[in-house]
Amino acid sequence: MVYQSTEGSSKTKQISIEEAATHFFNGMTLMVGGFGGVGAPPGLINVLIDKQIKDIYMISNDTGFPWIGPGKLITEKRVSRLIASHIGSNPEAGKQMQNGELEVEFIPQGTLAEKIRAGGMGLGGILVDVGFGTIVEKGKQTVEVQEKTFMVEPALTADVSIIYAKQADTYGNLIYDKSARNTNPLVAMAGNVTIAEVEEIVPAGQLDPECVVTPGVFVDYIVQSKGVDWKWVWELKQDTK
Amino acid sequence: MGLGIETRHQIARRAALEIGRGMIVNLGIGIPTLVADYIPGNYGVMLHTENGILGMGGSPPPGKEDGNLSNAGGYPVTLISGASYFDSATAFGIIRRGLLDITVLGALEVSEQGDIANWIVPGKRVPGMGGAIDLAQKSKKVIVLMNHSDKEGNPKIVKNCKLPLTVKRGAHMIITEKAVIDIVDERLVLREVMHPHSVEEVVESTGAPLEIRNEVVTFQ
Repeated sequence: MVYQSTEGSSKTKQISIEEAATHFFNGMTLMVGGFGGVGAPPGLINVLIDKQIKDIYMISNDTGFPWIGPGKLITEKRVSRLIASHIGSNPEAGKQMQNGELEVEFIPQGTLAEKIRAGGMGLGGILVDVGFGTIVEKGKQTVEVQEKTFMVEPALTADVSIIYAKQADTYGNLIYDKSARNTNPLVAMAGNVTIAEVEEIVPAGQLDPECVVTPGVFVDYIVQSKGVDWKWVWELKQDTK
Repeated sequence: MGLGIETRHQIARRAALEIGRGMIVNLGIGIPTLVADYIPGNYGVMLHTENGILGMGGSPPPGKEDGNLSNAGGYPVTLISGASYFDSATAFGIIRRGLLDITVLGALEVSEQGDIANWIVPGKRVPGMGGAIDLAQKSKKVIVLMNHSDKEGNPKIVKNCKLPLTVKRGAHMIITEKAVIDIVDERLVLREVMHPHSVEEVVESTGAPLEIRNEVVTFQ
Protein backbone atom coordinates (compact mmCIF):
# COMPACT_ATOMS: atom_id res chain seq x y z
CA MET A 1 0.00 0.00 0.00
CA VAL A 2 1.46 3.32 -1.09
CA TYR A 3 1.36 5.99 1.58
CA GLN A 4 -0.90 8.69 0.21
CA SER A 5 -1.03 11.92 2.15
CA THR A 6 -4.40 13.54 2.64
CA GLU A 7 -2.73 16.83 1.73
CA GLY A 8 -3.01 17.97 -1.83
CA SER A 9 -5.03 20.16 -4.11
CA SER A 10 -8.23 21.16 -2.36
CA LYS A 11 -9.17 23.32 -5.33
CA THR A 12 -11.89 21.71 -7.39
CA LYS A 13 -12.17 21.90 -11.15
CA GLN A 14 -15.90 21.37 -10.95
CA ILE A 15 -17.95 24.14 -12.54
CA SER A 16 -21.58 24.47 -13.50
CA ILE A 17 -22.73 23.77 -17.02
CA GLU A 18 -23.53 27.52 -17.31
CA GLU A 19 -19.92 28.37 -16.46
CA ALA A 20 -18.71 25.76 -18.93
CA ALA A 21 -20.68 27.50 -21.65
CA THR A 22 -18.62 30.69 -21.22
CA HIS A 23 -15.67 28.84 -22.82
CA PHE A 24 -17.54 28.30 -26.09
CA PHE A 25 -17.44 30.83 -28.91
CA ASN A 26 -18.61 31.15 -32.50
CA GLY A 27 -16.09 29.84 -35.05
CA MET A 28 -14.20 27.76 -32.49
CA THR A 29 -12.45 24.51 -33.27
CA LEU A 30 -14.27 21.94 -31.17
CA MET A 31 -13.24 18.34 -30.57
CA VAL A 32 -15.97 16.03 -29.37
CA GLY A 33 -15.23 12.66 -27.77
CA GLY A 34 -17.34 9.60 -28.53
CA PHE A 35 -17.93 6.96 -31.17
CA GLY A 36 -21.36 6.74 -32.79
CA GLY A 37 -22.56 8.98 -29.96
CA VAL A 38 -21.48 6.44 -27.32
CA GLY A 39 -19.28 8.37 -24.90
CA ALA A 40 -20.31 11.80 -26.20
CA PRO A 41 -21.11 14.41 -23.50
CA PRO A 42 -24.88 15.02 -23.65
CA GLY A 43 -25.09 18.07 -21.35
CA LEU A 44 -22.25 19.99 -22.99
CA ILE A 45 -23.69 19.36 -26.45
CA ASN A 46 -27.09 20.63 -25.28
CA VAL A 47 -25.65 23.80 -23.78
CA LEU A 48 -23.77 24.52 -27.02
CA ILE A 49 -27.12 24.42 -28.76
CA ASP A 50 -28.92 26.47 -26.06
CA LYS A 51 -26.25 29.20 -26.16
CA GLN A 52 -26.64 29.57 -29.94
CA ILE A 53 -22.96 28.72 -30.62
CA LYS A 54 -22.49 28.48 -34.39
CA ASP A 55 -19.98 28.23 -37.23
CA ILE A 56 -18.18 25.43 -35.37
CA TYR A 57 -15.18 23.69 -36.92
CA MET A 58 -15.83 20.26 -35.45
CA ILE A 59 -13.37 17.38 -35.16
CA SER A 60 -14.93 14.08 -34.14
CA ASN A 61 -14.68 10.41 -35.05
CA ASP A 62 -18.13 10.59 -36.67
CA THR A 63 -21.38 12.56 -36.59
CA GLY A 64 -23.36 10.08 -34.49
CA PHE A 65 -27.02 9.90 -35.40
CA PRO A 66 -29.19 12.98 -36.14
CA TRP A 67 -30.52 13.02 -32.54
CA ILE A 68 -27.51 11.47 -30.79
CA GLY A 69 -24.19 13.01 -29.66
CA PRO A 70 -22.42 15.41 -32.03
CA GLY A 71 -25.16 14.60 -34.55
CA LYS A 72 -27.38 17.12 -32.76
CA LEU A 73 -24.95 19.93 -33.60
CA ILE A 74 -25.17 18.93 -37.27
CA THR A 75 -28.97 18.73 -37.23
CA GLU A 76 -29.11 22.20 -35.60
CA LYS A 77 -26.74 23.48 -38.34
CA ARG A 78 -24.11 24.72 -35.91
CA VAL A 79 -21.20 23.07 -37.72
CA SER A 80 -19.74 24.64 -40.87
CA ARG A 81 -16.57 22.56 -41.18
CA LEU A 82 -16.00 18.99 -40.11
CA ILE A 83 -13.14 16.54 -39.83
CA ALA A 84 -14.41 12.98 -39.32
CA SER A 85 -13.94 9.42 -40.52
CA HIS A 86 -17.60 8.59 -41.01
CA ILE A 87 -20.95 10.37 -41.39
CA GLY A 88 -22.96 7.40 -42.69
CA SER A 89 -25.25 7.06 -39.67
CA ASN A 90 -26.29 10.71 -39.91
CA PRO A 91 -28.16 11.38 -43.18
CA GLU A 92 -28.50 15.05 -42.22
CA ALA A 93 -24.70 15.42 -42.39
CA GLY A 94 -24.68 13.82 -45.84
CA LYS A 95 -27.42 16.19 -47.02
CA GLN A 96 -25.64 19.30 -45.74
CA MET A 97 -22.40 18.10 -47.33
CA GLN A 98 -24.06 17.54 -50.72
CA ASN A 99 -25.72 20.98 -50.76
CA GLY A 100 -22.54 22.74 -49.69
CA GLU A 101 -23.63 23.85 -46.20
CA LEU A 102 -21.09 21.60 -44.52
CA GLU A 103 -17.47 21.24 -45.57
CA VAL A 104 -16.22 17.75 -44.75
CA GLU A 105 -12.71 16.32 -44.65
CA PHE A 106 -12.62 12.53 -44.28
CA ILE A 107 -9.66 10.87 -42.60
CA PRO A 108 -9.24 7.11 -42.06
CA GLN A 109 -10.38 6.35 -38.52
CA GLY A 110 -7.05 5.15 -37.12
CA THR A 111 -5.14 8.02 -38.69
CA LEU A 112 -7.65 10.52 -37.27
CA ALA A 113 -7.37 9.04 -33.78
CA GLU A 114 -3.59 9.15 -33.97
CA LYS A 115 -3.54 12.76 -35.29
CA ILE A 116 -5.61 13.77 -32.26
CA ARG A 117 -3.36 11.78 -29.95
CA ALA A 118 -0.28 13.42 -31.51
CA GLY A 119 -1.78 16.87 -30.87
CA GLY A 120 -2.43 15.92 -27.28
CA MET A 121 1.07 14.54 -26.90
CA GLY A 122 2.72 17.72 -28.16
CA LEU A 123 3.96 16.17 -31.40
CA GLY A 124 3.97 17.86 -34.81
CA GLY A 125 2.29 14.98 -36.58
CA ILE A 126 2.52 11.33 -37.47
CA LEU A 127 3.97 9.20 -40.27
CA VAL A 128 1.48 6.71 -41.64
CA ASP A 129 1.11 4.47 -44.69
CA VAL A 130 -2.63 3.76 -44.38
CA GLY A 131 -4.40 4.93 -47.53
CA PHE A 132 -1.62 4.61 -50.11
CA GLY A 133 -3.25 3.59 -53.40
CA THR A 134 -6.46 5.45 -52.52
CA ILE A 135 -7.63 9.07 -52.75
CA VAL A 136 -6.39 9.51 -49.18
CA GLU A 137 -2.85 9.96 -50.51
CA LYS A 138 -3.89 12.88 -52.75
CA GLY A 139 -1.94 16.04 -51.94
CA LYS A 140 -0.13 14.46 -49.00
CA GLN A 141 3.49 15.19 -48.25
CA THR A 142 5.50 11.96 -48.15
CA VAL A 143 8.74 11.11 -46.45
CA GLU A 144 11.07 8.11 -46.50
CA VAL A 145 12.11 6.78 -43.10
CA GLN A 146 14.01 3.52 -42.57
CA GLU A 147 13.47 2.63 -46.22
CA LYS A 148 9.70 2.91 -46.00
CA THR A 149 7.51 5.65 -47.43
CA PHE A 150 4.97 7.38 -45.22
CA MET A 151 2.47 10.20 -45.49
CA VAL A 152 3.03 13.11 -43.16
CA GLU A 153 -0.16 13.77 -41.23
CA PRO A 154 -0.07 16.94 -39.11
CA ALA A 155 -1.28 16.74 -35.53
CA LEU A 156 -4.70 18.10 -34.55
CA THR A 157 -5.55 20.27 -31.57
CA ALA A 158 -8.65 22.29 -30.73
CA ASP A 159 -9.71 25.48 -29.00
CA VAL A 160 -12.04 23.42 -26.85
CA SER A 161 -12.38 19.65 -26.27
CA ILE A 162 -15.53 18.22 -24.74
CA ILE A 163 -15.53 14.67 -23.43
CA TYR A 164 -17.46 12.24 -21.27
CA ALA A 165 -16.16 10.04 -18.44
CA LYS A 166 -17.63 7.81 -15.78
CA GLN A 167 -15.72 9.19 -12.80
CA ALA A 168 -13.60 12.23 -12.05
CA ASP A 169 -11.97 13.39 -8.89
CA THR A 170 -11.92 17.10 -8.14
CA TYR A 171 -8.43 17.36 -9.68
CA GLY A 172 -9.84 16.13 -13.00
CA ASN A 173 -8.35 12.62 -13.04
CA LEU A 174 -10.65 10.53 -15.23
CA ILE A 175 -11.86 6.96 -15.46
CA TYR A 176 -14.03 5.95 -18.40
CA ASP A 177 -16.88 3.52 -18.86
CA LYS A 178 -16.37 0.39 -20.99
CA SER A 179 -16.54 1.12 -24.74
CA ALA A 180 -17.56 4.73 -23.97
CA ARG A 181 -13.83 5.32 -23.50
CA ASN A 182 -13.15 5.23 -27.28
CA THR A 183 -11.79 8.63 -28.46
CA ASN A 184 -12.29 10.42 -25.14
CA PRO A 185 -8.78 10.00 -23.66
CA LEU A 186 -7.30 11.28 -26.95
CA VAL A 187 -9.65 14.24 -27.30
CA ALA A 188 -9.05 15.06 -23.61
CA MET A 189 -5.36 15.72 -24.28
CA ALA A 190 -5.79 17.71 -27.51
CA GLY A 191 -7.94 20.61 -26.31
CA ASN A 192 -6.46 23.99 -25.37
CA VAL A 193 -9.38 23.97 -22.95
CA THR A 194 -10.76 20.54 -22.02
CA ILE A 195 -14.10 20.15 -20.31
CA ALA A 196 -15.15 16.72 -19.07
CA GLU A 197 -18.76 15.85 -18.35
CA VAL A 198 -18.82 13.04 -15.80
CA GLU A 199 -21.30 10.74 -14.22
CA GLU A 200 -19.73 10.88 -10.75
CA ILE A 201 -17.40 13.41 -9.12
CA VAL A 202 -15.45 12.34 -6.04
CA PRO A 203 -12.94 14.20 -3.82
CA ALA A 204 -9.27 14.02 -4.89
CA GLY A 205 -7.72 10.97 -3.26
CA GLN A 206 -10.76 8.78 -3.82
CA LEU A 207 -9.63 7.36 -7.17
CA ASP A 208 -6.94 4.69 -7.26
CA PRO A 209 -4.03 6.43 -9.05
CA GLU A 210 -3.27 3.09 -10.72
CA CYS A 211 -6.69 3.12 -12.42
CA VAL A 212 -6.68 6.72 -13.65
CA VAL A 213 -6.81 6.74 -17.48
CA THR A 214 -6.51 10.48 -18.14
CA PRO A 215 -4.32 12.39 -15.69
CA GLY A 216 -6.16 15.47 -14.39
CA VAL A 217 -3.44 17.79 -15.67
CA PHE A 218 -5.03 17.49 -19.13
CA VAL A 219 -8.48 18.41 -17.82
CA ASP A 220 -9.35 22.06 -17.15
CA TYR A 221 -12.93 21.75 -15.97
CA ILE A 222 -15.40 19.07 -14.96
CA VAL A 223 -19.18 19.28 -14.98
CA GLN A 224 -21.73 16.94 -13.44
CA SER A 225 -23.64 14.96 -16.08
CA LYS A 226 -27.37 14.39 -15.94
CA GLY A 227 -26.95 11.39 -18.22
CA VAL A 228 -27.93 10.61 -21.75
CA ASP A 229 -31.13 12.37 -22.88
CA TRP A 230 -31.49 10.56 -26.20
CA LYS A 231 -32.76 7.13 -27.18
CA TRP A 232 -30.25 4.76 -28.73
CA VAL A 233 -31.03 3.28 -32.13
CA TRP A 234 -31.52 -0.18 -30.63
CA GLU A 235 -34.01 1.24 -28.10
CA LEU A 236 -36.07 2.80 -30.89
CA LYS A 237 -36.08 -0.52 -32.75
CA GLN A 238 -37.36 -2.23 -29.59
CA ASP A 239 -40.10 0.41 -29.24
CA THR A 240 -41.39 -0.25 -32.74
CA LYS A 241 -41.42 -4.02 -32.27
CA MET B 1 -28.75 -5.76 -49.49
CA GLY B 2 -31.69 -7.45 -51.11
CA LEU B 3 -30.64 -10.93 -49.97
CA GLY B 4 -32.99 -13.11 -47.94
CA ILE B 5 -32.20 -13.84 -44.32
CA GLU B 6 -31.34 -17.48 -45.07
CA THR B 7 -28.93 -16.52 -47.83
CA ARG B 8 -27.28 -13.93 -45.59
CA HIS B 9 -26.77 -16.59 -42.96
CA GLN B 10 -25.47 -19.07 -45.55
CA ILE B 11 -22.78 -16.54 -46.53
CA ALA B 12 -21.94 -15.84 -42.88
CA ARG B 13 -21.77 -19.58 -42.11
CA ARG B 14 -19.32 -20.10 -44.96
CA ALA B 15 -17.16 -17.16 -43.90
CA ALA B 16 -16.94 -18.53 -40.34
CA LEU B 17 -15.18 -21.66 -41.70
CA GLU B 18 -12.16 -19.47 -42.48
CA ILE B 19 -11.77 -18.55 -38.83
CA GLY B 20 -9.39 -20.75 -36.84
CA ARG B 21 -8.76 -21.26 -33.13
CA GLY B 22 -7.38 -18.30 -31.22
CA MET B 23 -7.63 -15.86 -34.10
CA ILE B 24 -8.06 -12.09 -33.70
CA VAL B 25 -10.96 -11.09 -35.97
CA ASN B 26 -12.78 -7.89 -36.92
CA LEU B 27 -16.30 -8.17 -38.34
CA GLY B 28 -17.82 -5.26 -40.29
CA ILE B 29 -21.43 -4.12 -40.27
CA GLY B 30 -24.16 -6.07 -42.12
CA ILE B 31 -23.66 -9.73 -43.12
CA PRO B 32 -20.14 -9.75 -41.57
CA THR B 33 -21.73 -9.19 -38.14
CA LEU B 34 -23.69 -12.44 -38.57
CA VAL B 35 -20.44 -14.41 -38.88
CA ALA B 36 -20.07 -14.23 -35.07
CA ASP B 37 -23.05 -16.59 -34.71
CA TYR B 38 -21.10 -19.39 -36.45
CA ILE B 39 -17.73 -19.21 -34.69
CA PRO B 40 -17.56 -22.14 -32.24
CA GLY B 41 -17.48 -20.86 -28.65
CA ASN B 42 -14.58 -23.15 -27.70
CA TYR B 43 -12.32 -21.67 -30.41
CA GLY B 44 -11.16 -18.82 -28.16
CA VAL B 45 -11.56 -16.36 -31.03
CA MET B 46 -11.15 -12.75 -29.88
CA LEU B 47 -13.41 -10.29 -31.73
CA HIS B 48 -11.93 -6.81 -32.12
CA THR B 49 -13.88 -3.57 -32.52
CA GLU B 50 -12.64 -0.18 -33.70
CA ASN B 51 -14.25 1.58 -30.74
CA GLY B 52 -12.00 -0.22 -28.31
CA ILE B 53 -12.84 -3.78 -27.29
CA LEU B 54 -10.92 -7.01 -27.77
CA GLY B 55 -12.99 -10.00 -26.71
CA MET B 56 -16.45 -8.84 -27.72
CA GLY B 57 -19.28 -11.33 -27.13
CA GLY B 58 -22.78 -11.61 -28.57
CA SER B 59 -25.86 -9.46 -27.99
CA PRO B 60 -27.10 -9.23 -24.39
CA PRO B 61 -30.53 -10.62 -23.52
CA PRO B 62 -33.37 -8.05 -23.66
CA GLY B 63 -33.24 -5.72 -20.67
CA LYS B 64 -29.53 -6.33 -20.07
CA GLU B 65 -28.28 -3.81 -22.64
CA ASP B 66 -25.75 -1.18 -21.58
CA GLY B 67 -25.61 2.02 -23.65
CA ASN B 68 -21.88 2.29 -22.87
CA LEU B 69 -21.00 -1.22 -24.08
CA SER B 70 -21.49 -1.47 -27.80
CA ASN B 71 -19.93 -2.52 -31.08
CA ALA B 72 -18.62 -0.07 -33.68
CA GLY B 73 -22.13 0.19 -35.14
CA GLY B 74 -23.54 1.39 -31.81
CA TYR B 75 -25.40 -1.82 -30.92
CA PRO B 76 -25.16 -3.37 -27.44
CA VAL B 77 -22.76 -6.28 -26.97
CA THR B 78 -21.31 -8.40 -24.17
CA LEU B 79 -17.79 -9.58 -23.37
CA ILE B 80 -16.04 -12.95 -23.23
CA SER B 81 -13.31 -14.00 -20.78
CA GLY B 82 -10.03 -12.22 -21.36
CA ALA B 83 -11.65 -9.12 -22.82
CA SER B 84 -10.16 -5.65 -22.52
CA TYR B 85 -11.14 -2.03 -23.21
CA PHE B 86 -8.83 0.56 -24.74
CA ASP B 87 -9.02 3.88 -26.55
CA SER B 88 -9.48 4.22 -30.31
CA ALA B 89 -5.79 4.96 -30.95
CA THR B 90 -4.90 1.61 -29.38
CA ALA B 91 -7.70 -0.11 -31.32
CA PHE B 92 -6.02 1.03 -34.53
CA GLY B 93 -2.55 0.31 -33.22
CA ILE B 94 -3.67 -3.32 -33.01
CA ILE B 95 -4.74 -3.09 -36.66
CA ARG B 96 -1.69 -1.27 -38.04
CA ARG B 97 0.71 -3.51 -36.14
CA GLY B 98 -0.68 -6.45 -38.12
CA LEU B 99 -2.27 -8.29 -35.20
CA LEU B 100 -5.61 -8.94 -36.92
CA ASP B 101 -5.72 -12.39 -38.48
CA ILE B 102 -8.96 -11.80 -40.38
CA THR B 103 -11.13 -8.85 -41.34
CA VAL B 104 -14.57 -9.54 -42.79
CA LEU B 105 -16.22 -6.62 -44.56
CA GLY B 106 -18.77 -5.67 -47.20
CA ALA B 107 -17.99 -4.05 -50.56
CA LEU B 108 -19.49 -2.24 -53.53
CA GLU B 109 -16.90 -3.60 -55.98
CA VAL B 110 -13.93 -5.97 -55.90
CA SER B 111 -11.46 -6.31 -58.77
CA GLU B 112 -9.65 -9.43 -59.91
CA GLN B 113 -6.45 -8.01 -58.43
CA GLY B 114 -8.14 -7.75 -55.04
CA ASP B 115 -8.82 -4.01 -55.09
CA ILE B 116 -11.81 -3.16 -52.88
CA ALA B 117 -14.18 -0.19 -53.18
CA ASN B 118 -16.58 0.18 -50.29
CA TRP B 119 -16.84 3.68 -48.90
CA ILE B 120 -17.94 6.20 -51.47
CA VAL B 121 -20.19 6.60 -54.50
CA PRO B 122 -19.12 10.08 -55.64
CA GLY B 123 -22.01 12.52 -55.82
CA LYS B 124 -24.46 9.94 -54.48
CA ARG B 125 -23.54 8.34 -51.20
CA VAL B 126 -20.56 9.62 -49.24
CA PRO B 127 -20.60 7.97 -45.82
CA GLY B 128 -16.83 8.13 -45.25
CA MET B 129 -14.33 5.33 -44.91
CA GLY B 130 -14.50 4.88 -41.15
CA GLY B 131 -11.92 2.24 -40.28
CA ALA B 132 -12.25 0.31 -43.55
CA ILE B 133 -9.01 1.52 -45.12
CA ASP B 134 -6.95 0.72 -42.00
CA LEU B 135 -8.59 -2.72 -41.69
CA ALA B 136 -8.40 -3.69 -45.37
CA GLN B 137 -4.78 -2.62 -45.75
CA LYS B 138 -3.39 -4.06 -42.54
CA SER B 139 -5.19 -7.35 -41.76
CA LYS B 140 -3.45 -10.62 -42.58
CA LYS B 141 -6.52 -11.91 -44.45
CA VAL B 142 -9.38 -9.85 -45.85
CA ILE B 143 -12.66 -11.57 -46.69
CA VAL B 144 -15.31 -9.66 -48.62
CA LEU B 145 -18.96 -10.66 -48.17
CA MET B 146 -21.35 -9.13 -50.69
CA ASN B 147 -24.05 -9.63 -53.31
CA HIS B 148 -22.70 -11.13 -56.51
CA SER B 149 -24.42 -8.40 -58.55
CA ASP B 150 -25.70 -4.88 -57.86
CA LYS B 151 -29.37 -3.85 -57.89
CA GLU B 152 -29.30 -3.37 -61.67
CA GLY B 153 -27.80 -6.83 -62.14
CA ASN B 154 -24.30 -5.60 -62.99
CA PRO B 155 -21.39 -7.69 -61.69
CA LYS B 156 -19.73 -6.40 -58.53
CA ILE B 157 -16.67 -8.55 -59.20
CA VAL B 158 -14.92 -6.69 -62.02
CA LYS B 159 -11.66 -6.41 -63.93
CA ASN B 160 -11.07 -2.91 -62.55
CA CYS B 161 -13.01 -1.00 -59.91
CA LYS B 162 -14.73 2.16 -61.13
CA LEU B 163 -15.39 3.56 -57.67
CA PRO B 164 -12.66 5.14 -55.52
CA LEU B 165 -10.69 2.42 -53.74
CA THR B 166 -10.61 1.43 -50.10
CA VAL B 167 -7.49 -0.62 -50.68
CA LYS B 168 -5.34 -1.70 -53.60
CA ARG B 169 -4.78 -5.45 -53.79
CA GLY B 170 -6.22 -6.03 -50.34
CA ALA B 171 -8.86 -8.75 -50.71
CA HIS B 172 -7.94 -12.41 -50.33
CA MET B 173 -11.37 -13.97 -50.66
CA ILE B 174 -14.88 -13.10 -51.84
CA ILE B 175 -18.00 -14.87 -50.61
CA THR B 176 -21.33 -14.07 -52.29
CA GLU B 177 -24.73 -15.75 -52.45
CA LYS B 178 -23.40 -17.58 -55.53
CA ALA B 179 -19.76 -18.42 -54.97
CA VAL B 180 -16.62 -18.63 -52.89
CA ILE B 181 -13.72 -17.09 -54.78
CA ASP B 182 -10.05 -16.89 -53.78
CA ILE B 183 -7.84 -14.12 -55.07
CA VAL B 184 -4.45 -15.65 -55.79
CA ASP B 185 -1.64 -13.68 -57.44
CA GLU B 186 -4.12 -11.14 -58.80
CA ARG B 187 -6.36 -13.78 -60.34
CA LEU B 188 -9.81 -14.99 -59.35
CA VAL B 189 -9.99 -18.69 -58.54
CA LEU B 190 -13.44 -20.23 -58.18
CA ARG B 191 -13.33 -22.49 -55.14
CA GLU B 192 -16.96 -23.31 -54.38
CA VAL B 193 -20.43 -22.50 -55.59
CA MET B 194 -23.19 -21.78 -53.13
CA HIS B 195 -26.25 -24.00 -53.25
CA PRO B 196 -28.36 -23.82 -55.45
CA HIS B 197 -26.16 -21.98 -58.00
CA SER B 198 -24.13 -23.55 -60.82
CA VAL B 199 -20.61 -22.88 -62.07
CA GLU B 200 -22.04 -21.56 -65.37
CA GLU B 201 -24.26 -19.12 -63.52
CA VAL B 202 -21.33 -17.85 -61.48
CA VAL B 203 -19.05 -17.43 -64.49
CA GLU B 204 -21.80 -15.58 -66.38
CA SER B 205 -22.49 -13.11 -63.57
CA THR B 206 -18.84 -12.35 -62.79
CA GLY B 207 -17.23 -9.38 -64.56
CA ALA B 208 -13.73 -10.85 -64.73
CA PRO B 209 -12.25 -14.22 -65.76
CA LEU B 210 -12.59 -17.03 -63.21
CA GLU B 211 -10.00 -19.75 -63.06
CA ILE B 212 -10.95 -23.25 -62.03
CA ARG B 213 -7.96 -25.09 -60.62
CA ASN B 214 -9.54 -27.86 -58.58
CA GLU B 215 -12.93 -29.49 -58.47
CA VAL B 216 -15.56 -26.89 -57.56
CA VAL B 217 -17.62 -28.16 -54.66
CA THR B 218 -21.04 -26.93 -53.61
CA PHE B 219 -21.53 -25.26 -50.22
CA GLN B 220 -24.96 -26.07 -48.83
